[in-house]
Amino acid sequence: MTTDVRQANRRTLRKLVLVVIGMFGFGYALVPLYNVFCDLTGLRLTDQGRSTVAAVVDEVDKDRWVTVVFTGNAMSGLPWEFKPKQTSIRVHPGEATDAIYVVRNLAAEPIAGQAVPSVTPLKATSHFKKTECFCFTRQELQAGEVMEMPLRFVVDPDLPEDVTTVTLSYAFFNADKVSSKKYAHSESGARREQAAVYASAVNAAPQG
Amino acid sequence: MSEAAHHEEHPTGISRWLFTTNHKDIGTLYLWFAFIMAVIGGLMSLVIRSELWAPGLQMVDPHFFNQMTTVHALIMIFGFVMPAFVGLANWQIPMMIGAPDMALPRMNNWSFWILPFAGSLLLLSFLAPGGGPSAGWTIYPPLSVQGGAGMDFTILAIHMLGISSILGSINIIATILNMRAPGMKLMKMPLFVWSWLITAFLLIAAIPVLAGAVTMLLTDRHFGTHFFDAAGGGDPVMFQHVFWFFGHPEVYILVLPAFGVFSQIIPTFARKPLFGYTSMVFATATIAFLSFIVWAHHMYTVGMPLSGELFFMYATMLIAVPTGVKVFNWISTMWRGAMTFETPMLWAIAGVFTFTLGGLSGLMLSITPADFQYHDTYFVVAHFHYVIVGGSVFALFGAVFYWLPKWTGNMYDETLGKWHFWLTFIGFHVTFFPQHFLGLAGMPRRIPDYALQFAEFNVISSIGAFATIAVQLIFFYLAFKAMRGGEKATDQVWEGAEGLEWTVASPAPYHTFATPPQVR
Repeated sequence: MTTDVRQANRRTLRKLVLVVIGMFGFGYALVPLYNVFCDLTGLRLTDQGRSTVAAVVDEVDKDRWVTVVFTGNAMSGLPWEFKPKQTSIRVHPGEATDAIYVVRNLAAEPIAGQAVPSVTPLKATSHFKKTECFCFTRQELQAGEVMEMPLRFVVDPDLPEDVTTVTLSYAFFNADKVSSKKYAHSESGARREQAAVYASAVNAAPQG
Repeated sequence: MSEAAHHEEHPTGISRWLFTTNHKDIGTLYLWFAFIMAVIGGLMSLVIRSELWAPGLQMVDPHFFNQMTTVHALIMIFGFVMPAFVGLANWQIPMMIGAPDMALPRMNNWSFWILPFAGSLLLLSFLAPGGGPSAGWTIYPPLSVQGGAGMDFTILAIHMLGISSILGSINIIATILNMRAPGMKLMKMPLFVWSWLITAFLLIAAIPVLAGAVTMLLTDRHFGTHFFDAAGGGDPVMFQHVFWFFGHPEVYILVLPAFGVFSQIIPTFARKPLFGYTSMVFATATIAFLSFIVWAHHMYTVGMPLSGELFFMYATMLIAVPTGVKVFNWISTMWRGAMTFETPMLWAIAGVFTFTLGGLSGLMLSITPADFQYHDTYFVVAHFHYVIVGGSVFALFGAVFYWLPKWTGNMYDETLGKWHFWLTFIGFHVTFFPQHFLGLAGMPRRIPDYALQFAEFNVISSIGAFATIAVQLIFFYLAFKAMRGGEKATDQVWEGAEGLEWTVASPAPYHTFATPPQVR
């Protein structure tokens, strides 16, 4: 190998290593980039980001009824009992309504949890506005404490005509990783609960 | 390097292989590693097919079944097909472009020797509490965030396999760009070299993204980040986006070198130059570009806006155009050629045929509304085995029979080679063709049990799998026999073979092209 070729090889090596480092960074950048892209194009389907926007609706559509169904699960790693006080409510679009979930901490120590909401069917997501929700912040429960967690929502009158039922589901997670590991029992146990969550999500879907 | 050309001396025994910087030695090491991994991955597929032989749970428990499907895929992709093609690249690219060795020989040694450690780490995961990874080879969260230490072994193994591929690719690019013999212009390079140049660029662009994704998983698991952890505001679907941004180019990484092999073998045995050389190069480059903008067709069902589904559907369908160009070029090369059907040619034709069938089922899967029915069923399993086994693995068999006489100096047993081909070809289709029907009827993948109405097709599939793996004993015998001796091969080996690698002696001397050849 002549020195010319040797130098050319080193130059190529340096350039390609830079490409590799750049693409590694790009992998990380994809996470915020997807969010920016979704915001710019309005393609966002997740509930986050929207839920904090206060709904300003002044007209109530008295001619229309929408059934809101409530479900919720405490995820593996969170030793809480978590269920809605009411399974469903019939509301008029535009009407501010209150609902309540009941939570009980089964553990012998205080635990903080974070609820993550999701709305089905997907096309109803952007028309379901929560003006007040226990999912906006972390919730901390003392050992054995029982708490009623409030929620206030408005179904936007722009909700597509064919949607008659909207399902609101919460997954309640342990906000602390160490504590979550402690309460997540065997791996297969976690998987069973996961399966139960998926099953309930699947059952909820066709109701749209 | 020039003084080395005057003698064939090199260390012997184990140190020859540990410290070698010779591209042929390293190519051989890669091929042996791929061979061992293929045996392990193949045996895992038999565990899967045994369990699926009958409905109900009989052989293994479901958790172990999940580990088998996961590790079978990881080993076959990262341990078998990718290293095997890198092995071919190491052996052939310097000989095909008239270079004395790879551009960065010492790095070449390192790229290989990472692999055995990475492979061992992946297999050691079975000994970790909770067993090996069981979240599927796509390691989607939340399962991959929840799994035991086996998942950490897997993540680190993927890092090491990735580093090996990246180093190998950098070496291949530097070799092709800087080390060509005088007169070997880019548009004169054999198509295998072109395919590998493009594949290597795909690798250095895609693998770092995977490395990023699994690093994020690792920090989610242990260091309190929340990239994909919904509990902290992360998004599990985000992982799927990042993963498939790597994952789709990856499938072309697996198959483009196979296209290169077909483009070498078919002209040789059709005794005609390759039809549409320039269009082949551009089609390959187009496929590589398109592979970066179609990733979400793997996740139509996660919930995407209609505009997203439409974009990914049309972009995916577009890939059929350059792929079709390649298939038609191969057929046109054979058209009115003086064809003979030696074993490598049989593999190449069978590869084009089977890959095209897999491409067709891929087109069916690209249609969003249809995919909602096929998603995560055995139809998908049939599809990707048609393209990866039918495309890549058939090409590997073809390549081994095509170049084995050059590597060993001995011809293989042609009669037995044909027997091995036909038995494998039939066995493959018996295994995977029924899986199309299973998938269309709704049998989900990655589940150890199934409904009774799927029983017959599963029995056929399992019989095919055992038969296919069993006849590989013929391949072992053929390869070992050719290594030990047999009818001597000429330098050109095949009557219609053209290219620099056929101008050197058979077996290829330890050092070739110490003085660069002049290409007309």
